[in-house]
Amino acid sequence: MISAGGEAIVVEGLAKSFDCVRAVAGIDFEVRRGELFGFLGPNGAGKTTTINLLTGLARPDSGSIRIGGVDCTKDPKAAQHLIGVVPDESNLYPELSGFDNLCFCAALYGLGKAERRKRARRLLDTFGLADAANRKFAGYSKGMKRKLTIAAGVIHDPEILFLDEPTTGIDVASARQIRQLIADLHRTGTTIFLTTHYIEEAERVCGRIAFIVAGRIVRIDTVENLVQPEQEKHIMEIAVTATVPGLLAKSAAAFPALEFEELGPGTIRVKAGGPIHVGPLVRFLEDQGLEVTEARRMRPSLEDVFVRITGIETDAMRKDKERPGGGQ
Amino acid sequence: MKRWIAFWSILRKDMRTYYLKPPNISWGLIFPLAWAAMFFIRSGSGVEGVRALLPGVMALSVLFGTTSLLAVTVTFEKKGRSFERLLLAPVPLELLMLAKTTGAILFGVINAFVPVAMAAFVADLGGIAWAMVVPAVVLIAASSTFLGLFVAVSVSEVFEAQTFSNFIRFPMVFLCGLFFPVGSLPVWLRPLAHALPLTYGADLLHAGVQRAGRMPPALDLGLLAAFAVALFLASLWNIRRRWIL
Repeated sequence: MISAGGEAIVVEGLAKSFDCVRAVAGIDFEVRRGELFGFLGPNGAGKTTTINLLTGLARPDSGSIRIGGVDCTKDPKAAQHLIGVVPDESNLYPELSGFDNLCFCAALYGLGKAERRKRARRLLDTFGLADAANRKFAGYSKGMKRKLTIAAGVIHDPEILFLDEPTTGIDVASARQIRQLIADLHRTGTTIFLTTHYIEEAERVCGRIAFIVAGRIVRIDTVENLVQPEQEKHIMEIAVTATVPGLLAKSAAAFPALEFEELGPGTIRVKAGGPIHVGPLVRFLEDQGLEVTEARRMRPSLEDVFVRITGIETDAMRKDKERPGGGQ
Repeated sequence: MKRWIAFWSILRKDMRTYYLKPPNISWGLIFPLAWAAMFFIRSGSGVEGVRALLPGVMALSVLFGTTSLLAVTVTFEKKGRSFERLLLAPVPLELLMLAKTTGAILFGVINAFVPVAMAAFVADLGGIAWAMVVPAVVLIAASSTFLGLFVAVSVSEVFEAQTFSNFIRFPMVFLCGLFFPVGSLPVWLRPLAHALPLTYGADLLHAGVQRAGRMPPALDLGLLAAFAVALFLASLWNIRRRWIL
């Protein structure tokens, strides 16, 4: 049992290399009890390797890991009764039904027959899978598989839950349901360690976030503290019918207080430290022979923070993850 | 107690999911029976020759049944990542792997007695030393299972496990004294025969079924048990080295 108010996870100097590749390069962080902690980074940043090290599926080269106050650096099995793990791929048994899969997972943690059946039924209800309880896992849709995999991760009521990319590759409705389930689990006091490449998802559900890039943690803070400096910026997106060569340079010369960035054909992002006066900007663009079709103020987000800190465009990161074989 | 709940659940799940499926039973039986029929026809003997072939058929049934199935139950689950669920459970790796292999051992033991039941219809099986045959079958099943486990944890794909197994299993059919004595092998091949666990299992079965063992039964039993333990420990070492990176 983790002591009230204590740290659920404490990691110091954790490092891991595979052949010549340094997957995790001496990271330090702590996750507080009851916290929903986000671990964000691009593919190959070291997110899954970190989860594998914390859960005992990989051995660290150096550093220490304490989970629930238990030093599991040398003996990862020592804390495995405290944790639940939902891997980035649904890895239940295709031949077993949803109900049998949950009962089997409960049995791995030593739960008696009556208790595991009771918990399996309760979780199937909670996760909206009661109607599919007796269907084989192989016949489930992707969203159903993810939900059942999360249910299997919490069947033994773990104090700490590791969620590795829980909403990757599933439809919007299922992803919403899963985010709601994560929030509900968090409300019940479960400490959650969430890795995701969906920045907006992390912003919505996490309390604190660590950004990991190339095996190193580049920033850890609360979502509010991370976003605050960006909130003071004013951002506007302007849609134009066409573009002209050298437009960004001409614009920057005409409005030295503004930052210009071309997001794509016909879309320009403008940033400033204070309010942006739209009139002169629109007139300038029209003078360049462009027709302005839309100008809207944007709310700075965690995504902007992520891009600023890591220099990695999140769209590219998402596409890379969702292509076949993408991910880590 | 909690650990034993996990043990029984893994065993029960594997029996249900893998071992009691008709294709698996046929793989463990049809192949050895086909070999035995070939030797039987080639020898030209009558039904009195059935008893002489029985130790070889029993040993083959165990060997093929156990090694074929472990390639599926372990390699397939590793490939599909469901094996990670077991590695994440708060159960010692030794107990976990015993649970994964006990099903194969039981399957091998059952396989061994199917040819015995069939032979009982055509041959007189009186005088068989069951007190020697039963432990022999159990130890052959254990050592073959752990040999299969060693192969399964040394490869990544199911087809690799089957191929690797065949490299080991087929030479054993000829080298281990199943259908003709080790003494009839060329002198240079005999050390290889003695390096294989099935040689001792087959010798025990010959002793139990026909009173035709070449070595003391206690030595056979001891060496078979030693092979089983060594292969199990080597498999655990391989899992820790290759799967818990």
